[in-house]
Amino acid sequence: MGEPLIQIKGVTHAYQTAAGPLPVLRDLNLSVPEGEFCAVVGPSGCGKSTLTRLIAGLMKPDTGEVWLHGERVTSPRKTVGMAFQNPVLLEWRSILDNVILPLEIVAPGMSRRDRVARAEELLSLVGLVGFEDKRPSELSGGMRQRASLCRSIVHKPDVLIMDEPFGALDAFTREDLWQTMHDLRMNEPFTALLITHDLRESVFLADEVVVLSGRPATAQHVLKVGLPQDRTLDVLYEPRAVDMLHVLRDQIQIAQGRTPGKDAA
Amino acid sequence: MMVLRKIAVPVIAMIVFLAGWEALVWVNGWPNYKMASPSDLWPAFWKYRWLFLEYGWQTLWRTVAGLMLAVVFGVALGMVMGFSRTMRDALYPLLVGFNAIPKATVVPIIALMFVGHHDMNTILIAFMISFFPIAVSVSIGLSTLEPEYRDILRSLGASKLTIFRKIALPKTLPEFFGALKVSVTLAFIGTNLMEIVEPHGKGLGHLFDSGKISADYPLMFAVLIALAFLGIVLFYIVVALERIFAGWAEREHS
Ligand SMILES: Nc1ncnc2c1ncn2[C@@H]1O[C@H](COP(=O)(O)OP(=O)(O)OP(=O)(O)O)[C@@H](O)[C@H]1O
Ligand SMILES: [Mg+2]
Repeated sequence: MGEPLIQIKGVTHAYQTAAGPLPVLRDLNLSVPEGEFCAVVGPSGCGKSTLTRLIAGLMKPDTGEVWLHGERVTSPRKTVGMAFQNPVLLEWRSILDNVILPLEIVAPGMSRRDRVARAEELLSLVGLVGFEDKRPSELSGGMRQRASLCRSIVHKPDVLIMDEPFGALDAFTREDLWQTMHDLRMNEPFTALLITHDLRESVFLADEVVVLSGRPATAQHVLKVGLPQDRTLDVLYEPRAVDMLHVLRDQIQIAQGRTPGKDAA
Repeated sequence: MMVLRKIAVPVIAMIVFLAGWEALVWVNGWPNYKMASPSDLWPAFWKYRWLFLEYGWQTLWRTVAGLMLAVVFGVALGMVMGFSRTMRDALYPLLVGFNAIPKATVVPIIALMFVGHHDMNTILIAFMISFFPIAVSVSIGLSTLEPEYRDILRSLGASKLTIFRKIALPKTLPEFFGALKVSVTLAFIGTNLMEIVEPHGKGLGHLFDSGKISADYPLMFAVLIALAFLGIVLFYIVVALERIFAGWAEREHS
């Protein structure tokens, strides 16, 4: 196993706003071992997206350190993949060329043929064969998000950071994409950090779920999922999964400053 | 079928317009110094066909030169203002003020500053009148680029230049061409303004002026038509370029 692939050590961060500093993260610690899938849940606006930007090296924390692969993160790295809630596909490129984009940055020497082959391989995994030459606007929301996922891993990153990638999709499409996510991971292992609002999603996809407290956020609770790797959606209806969902729900309510079990009317 | 329609509709509209014009003059019995009719124009065009070609060319190339200058300068200025908030805050009021000055008042000043350099004067006015929309659209396009778009490449450690080339530039192209369509007409107005207000003996503006002096009314109207024709040609050249370089944006609107 060795040391964790993602390590967040005592990170504190505040945004400077017109109304003074806004503390967002406070003394946050978190670590994800290599190959593990970590889901992060927490109240809206608690600092989850901020966390992804810090891990990706897009921002520097005020204090504390972010480590990836035993190296301190001070700037963006080529070995990271990112996916957002909005698929952010480039409308002037075909789906194929959108997926290839990271390779143009990370592997400038790679031939066009190899790039296309690599992209095709992923597109066929997510069921987008035949849509290579389409423009993003010609695809459905779920298909666009599939293409976006392909783009985020086309350069074989060792860390995949996802900020609510399925958040804008309907329930059925979302469950489809969970399955796609599983398939991708089975095919080429990566370490993942997934931000989500959906507790079922976190339990279904992750090996470990971290609940963040309200702002300024800190790791309030860590849940080891411990379900078998090759799960199907049925697992969510088993008692052990239901128990975990209960625990997470209570933790979210605590994070929101409410008493668990008592729903506000 | 579609192509035929695309050509036929505007052509028919043009014919209806000319027929209406001819009828209006005929019904009212206007003499040609009050309102020339299309049938008066052909003789004027024919009589001065070589002058039309020569002067039309002068107007055309000076307009295009001024417009190119406006594109280079406008894009550079737009980039500076798009990337730096400070520069945007600093330059915006200056730019708006400059744009608010009626260019007819600048014409004599420019003509005085560069006495004798007729081509340069004309190009300068065309440039000055037309760079504003380009600078504004590029700066807005760049400054409103969603951070997520930038982050796709930034998270991979791409350089600022690469991000500009692969994301910001193509994403701003539709706005740029929108502005260019406005600018091309403006540049054209600028060229003619100089040619008419400070006649140098060049360009369609000069031909118009000589028509005025010799009371050749059909010639004056013929110049107006020639100007309209050149304006249409320039405009559709820009539209064609837009199709080629930013055609992808069209689908989003339809
Ligand atoms: N660039 C910024 N400048 C100032 N404040 C910011 C900035 N980005 C985010 N914030 C504030 O920081 C807080 C945390 O933002 P963040 O986007 O990390 O939350 P989040 O947990 O991802 O929220 P959500 O679940 O709604 O996506 C919010 O209150 C937000 O208003
Ligand atoms: Mg967020």
